[in-house]
Amino acid sequence: MPVFDDRGEGVLRAMERAGRAEIPVGCRNGGCGACKVLVLNGKYRLGKISRLHITKFEEQEGYALACRLYPETDIEVRPVGSLLHRAPG
Amino acid sequence: MALQGVLRPGFVQIRILDMEESLVHYRDRLGLDFVGKSEDGRVYLKAYDEFDRHSIILRETDEAGMDVMGFKVSDDSLLDDYARRLSDLGAEVSAVEAGEQPGVGRRVRFLSPTGHQFDLYADMELSDNGPMTENPDLWREEPHGMGALRFDHCLLYGVDIDGTAKLFTEALDFSISEYAAAPDDTKIAVFLTCSNKAHDIALVRHTEDAKFHHCSFLLDNWNDVGHAADILTRYDMSVDIGPTRHGITRGQTIYFFDPSGNRNEVFAGGYHYYPDNPTRTWTADQAGKAIFYYERALNDRFMGVVT
Ligand code: FES
Ligand SMILES: [Fe+2]
Repeated sequence: MPVFDDRGEGVLRAMERAGRAEIPVGCRNGGCGACKVLVLNGKYRLGKISRLHITKFEEQEGYALACRLYPETDIEVRPVGSLLHRAPG
Repeated sequence: MALQGVLRPGFVQIRILDMEESLVHYRDRLGLDFVGKSEDGRVYLKAYDEFDRHSIILRETDEAGMDVMGFKVSDDSLLDDYARRLSDLGAEVSAVEAGEQPGVGRRVRFLSPTGHQFDLYADMELSDNGPMTENPDLWREEPHGMGALRFDHCLLYGVDIDGTAKLFTEALDFSISEYAAAPDDTKIAVFLTCSNKAHDIALVRHTEDAKFHHCSFLLDNWNDVGHAADILTRYDMSVDIGPTRHGITRGQTIYFFDPSGNRNEVFAGGYHYYPDNPTRTWTADQAGKAIFYYERALNDRFMGVVT
C-alpha cells in the first residue's frame, strides 16, 4: 500500500501519520540512523543528515534516512535501519 | 563534608548539523540565552539561572553527537592531582589551553574507556547576565520557552561502562547513587554523582562506544514539564517519550530530539543524595519501572536510539 507525503514532511513522518510502522522511528531529525532505508527506485532529495550513518558513497548507492527523504516522484524503499537488528528491550 | 573537588557538570559541546535550526531549538524552545559566537563558528549559550559564562556549546559539522562534557572543579590546584590519578588508572590524559573556549581557563582532558571525552576545569568567567546576587529577584528577565534553569547532566552509551564508572569513582571521587544490573550482576546502567544531586552523569551499556544519549536541563517543577510538552506539540517537535517519571532518580521528565537528532531531556524533582547514602539497585526484570515509572516498560527508541 502506498503512503503519500502530501505535506512534504519526508517519508518517515508521512509513514507515522499513516499509522505505518515498517520503518523504525528514532530521532526523526537525521541524527540517529534508525530510519535508514535503501531507495529501490524513483527520484528524491535528501536533507541534512549525520554522515555517521550514510557516507557519501552509500548516498550514491541509494541509501537514505527516511526522516530526511523527500520524494520527487513515486519511490520504493526498503528499511535497513539499526533498530531492526536489536532485540526489543 | 562541604562540597569540594569536582563540583558539577559545567558544559557540554554538542555537534549539530545546522546552526540556525539549532539556535531556534536551544534558544527559543529550551529557553537558553545566546552568549556569543567564536571565530571558529561555535555558538555559546547559557541557562538563566547559571552564573558562569556559558554551559552549552554548539559546533556545526556533518555528524551529530557529543564532542566533550566538562566538569567544573573547585580549585585550579586540584587539576594536576586529578590528571595524575586518571593516568594512574590508565586513562589517556591531555591538556587543553586556556582560551580554547572564550572565558575558560586551562582544562585537563581525558578519554574514557567508553570513548567519551571529558574535561576538568576550575576557571570560567562569570556571566554578566547571571542570577542577581544583591537583593536578588528570581530572574533578570522572565524565563522564556521551556524555562530551563541549568544544564544538569548527560547520559552516555558505551561498551565498558564499568571502566568509565571506575575513573569517576576512583580518580574523581564520584559516588554511585544507583544502578541496574542483569541477573549475572553485569551492570546495565550506572548513575554517578559528585554532589547532592541524584546524578551528575549516567552510563548505559551499549554495543557501540562514544555514543550520546541525552543532555538534560533542570526545570522548576512538574507543571513546567507539562509546559515543555505544550511547546513540543505547538512547534511539532520530535518527542521521544513523556511526560513521565523515572524510577531511578525519581525525576519527572520528558525526552525529545534537537533538529540534528541529539536527544534532550527537561526534568524536575528527584531525590537528594549524600555520600553516606546506600546505593539503590534495580534488577533487570524491573528495568521498565526503573526507567519509566508510569509506563513500567522500556521502549526500543529510548534504549537503542543515540547519536
Ligand atoms: S529517525 Fe533518526 S535518522 Fe531518521
Ligand atoms: Fe537524564
